[in-house]
Amino acid sequence: METTRLIIVAVGGQGNLLASSVLGEAALLNGVPLRMSEIHGMAQRGGVVESALVFGDAESTIISDGEADLLVGFEPAETLRAINKCNAETTVITNLAPLMPFTVNIGQGVYPDLAELQNLIRAKTAKLIAFNAAKLAEEAGNPLGVNMVLLGALTQTGILPLSAENVKEAMERKTKKAFLDSNLKAFDLGFKAAEQAA
Amino acid sequence: MHKLLTDNPGEQMLLLGNEAIARGAIEAGVAFTSTYPGTPSSEISLQFFQMSQECDLYFEYSTNEKTAFEVAAAAANSNVRSMCMMKHVGLNVAADGLMTLAYIGVKAGMIVLTADDPFMFSSQNEQDNRIYARLAGLPMLEPSSIQDAKDMIPYAFDLSEKLQEPVIFRTTTRINHSSGIVKLGKIKPRVTKGNYTKDPLNHVPVPAVARKLHVKLLKNLDTAQGIAEKSEFNIVEGKGKWGIICNGVSYNYVRDAVTDLDIADSARVLRLGFSHPMPDTLILNFLKACEKVLIVEEGEPVMEEAVKAMAQEEGITLPIKGKGEGLLTRLYEFSPAQVENVIAGYFGVPYEPKEAVDLSDIPEIPQRPPTLCAGCSHRATYHEINKAVEELGVETIYPTDIGCYTLGLLPPLSTADFLVCMGSSAGTAGGFSQVTDKKVIAFIGDSTFFHSGIPGLINGVFNNHNFTLVILDNGITAMTGHQPHPGVDMKQFNMEGYGQVSIEAVVRAIGVPHVAVIKPNKVKKSIEAIKEAINFKGISVIISQEPCVLYAKALKLTKQRPFEVTDKCKNHRDCMNYLACPAFYVWNERIKIDPNLCTGCAVCAQICPENAILPLKKKKVPA
Repeated sequence: METTRLIIVAVGGQGNLLASSVLGEAALLNGVPLRMSEIHGMAQRGGVVESALVFGDAESTIISDGEADLLVGFEPAETLRAINKCNAETTVITNLAPLMPFTVNIGQGVYPDLAELQNLIRAKTAKLIAFNAAKLAEEAGNPLGVNMVLLGALTQTGILPLSAENVKEAMERKTKKAFLDSNLKAFDLGFKAAEQAA
Repeated sequence: MHKLLTDNPGEQMLLLGNEAIARGAIEAGVAFTSTYPGTPSSEISLQFFQMSQECDLYFEYSTNEKTAFEVAAAAANSNVRSMCMMKHVGLNVAADGLMTLAYIGVKAGMIVLTADDPFMFSSQNEQDNRIYARLAGLPMLEPSSIQDAKDMIPYAFDLSEKLQEPVIFRTTTRINHSSGIVKLGKIKPRVTKGNYTKDPLNHVPVPAVARKLHVKLLKNLDTAQGIAEKSEFNIVEGKGKWGIICNGVSYNYVRDAVTDLDIADSARVLRLGFSHPMPDTLILNFLKACEKVLIVEEGEPVMEEAVKAMAQEEGITLPIKGKGEGLLTRLYEFSPAQVENVIAGYFGVPYEPKEAVDLSDIPEIPQRPPTLCAGCSHRATYHEINKAVEELGVETIYPTDIGCYTLGLLPPLSTADFLVCMGSSAGTAGGFSQVTDKKVIAFIGDSTFFHSGIPGLINGVFNNHNFTLVILDNGITAMTGHQPHPGVDMKQFNMEGYGQVSIEAVVRAIGVPHVAVIKPNKVKKSIEAIKEAINFKGISVIISQEPCVLYAKALKLTKQRPFEVTDKCKNHRDCMNYLACPAFYVWNERIKIDPNLCTGCAVCAQICPENAILPLKKKKVPA
């Protein structure tokens, strides 16, 4: 089976690890070989969380520079920071709602201009799907559902060997019952947003 | 029921490496487990902690790694299968016992798990603990995949019983924190009660006994080597003349490279999963079938040096390379592309790596380093220390220790100058105070104090050093994910049957002449108490008590009432310049407080010169 490599980057607390575990469950349900690794040293202290998911026949659990087929960023500056994982064929999906690093808040550094950020990514990669996932999550009734919105968008691209049904079934198994409806709604809104961007 | 207790052999589960290891231990009938938490090993213990609340598995958070090792050693010598786990530097703490337990041995199987951290994702060094196997003369197993991680644990227990020796199980972060689909095996029943047979002439290593035991250890090593020669975890694949010897996660990168470079017909791969003692015959036969050999191992050239020595002794002269310029490095973790590139270069195969995008025009992206949480009491204590020091006009040195509070290193707090290892704050403080004229103020967390801070403090009292030790007591082992420690009241988890050790009582019993307990969220009072402690000549201790704000939130111990910056603000920015709490942000040149992040600690409100920071009037705005 062909290998597909996905990188997810997020700020601690954005639900990256849950999104990864949903995709893992979906792969398990669908009989797709999967390996993934995560780096979450001090995530709860505001750091960056990176997950690498390798679908198909490969043994490695990490993804080298330039090797990602798909990069999904839950925060725009973090998407740009992870651009070294991309090549000219990579599809990039990013949330456009920034979370200011405290270094910017205390005046040590300037947050990148969002229009320039998108232009840069667009110029270097095959495709950029960019939208405000935080707004869609709120629309779905769960402001913490940014991860589910982006799951919808990445599923829509069809790059991963997983169908929307697979992922939704995995969501039912892996996410809290009380949030399931809003999560499914968030997924659909993300799916549609990616369709419109296409 | 805990998912790892599911007795459904053949079922496939998506597991984190650390879950797979815990599952492997359950399948092996482990009955006694102990740890001191440390990334990347912590989730193994979390599984045991959870499962021990549902079944007769014993688990404990021990005071430090040495104690975790000792309790497990006693259990294994009483015929109960035991396992202790720790991060790589934790094995340094347990090493004293490890070296001699190798002489004494065990009755039931015992695994000592070390989680190494190449690249130092969350560690202070990247020492290669494979060397401990050699130093102690103990067998070592190293998984390459998540399935391996599970399957090797029952094997390690059986091996330990066969040899009557503890077995070292060595992982790296990319095993602990990777996930994969794992096929479950059968669960062996647990034997939780054992019996200890007295055998002082083999169990008490006075010199005459130890001399005899060392002979036994070397014999055991020979036996172990014989087993390693035939181990199912030492695998040769392929029939080519290009040899690659590898271990751990490097094996995955080698396999992917062999496929990607399409050199399966030319390459021959030896993966050592049972890596110490090394299977000499297997390796020599491998070398004899090759024209040139590459050793792919992260960290130190452990296999490389051993293989070269074997070849020399056998008179085999083929090129054997591993570390070196244009080859592999002793630094950090490997990436698959790095390994593929070196393999291609060494064997002369064309390789076109996927070209990463050009990064030359990417603007500088502001860093997002981890920081003390919004409302973290360490920030308050550090600010109060800074204020007290400023008011007294003293020059300081700040030895610090290992925990969240190490993050005091960053400005504007800048309260970390020197750190070596767990517990070093108190010890190094004594040395600094002896040879400099600066005021030495050392910081240590509650869990670290119990772990190894106490001897340094006793040393200071006995040798009449002159420093202030600030014990940052947030009531939990915060950084590794909120594990309990001996100072924690376990009733708050609804857990019965635990004791509780008071830090203040310990400090007073040691005979510290000046002890103050402060509530760091009360700024003025705390500064006064700190000034008194700093002025005291000799050893003074400040215990700064306030629950970890993340933990308090999780346990719903606090009702958060956020604050806001009102119109009275004259933009002095003391709040930002002294505290820089992550709940602050700048909006239209003014400081604002994010009500979703503010925990209502009110520390900024107390330092605002205009008293402009007040409780937010309306109800907390939704996120």
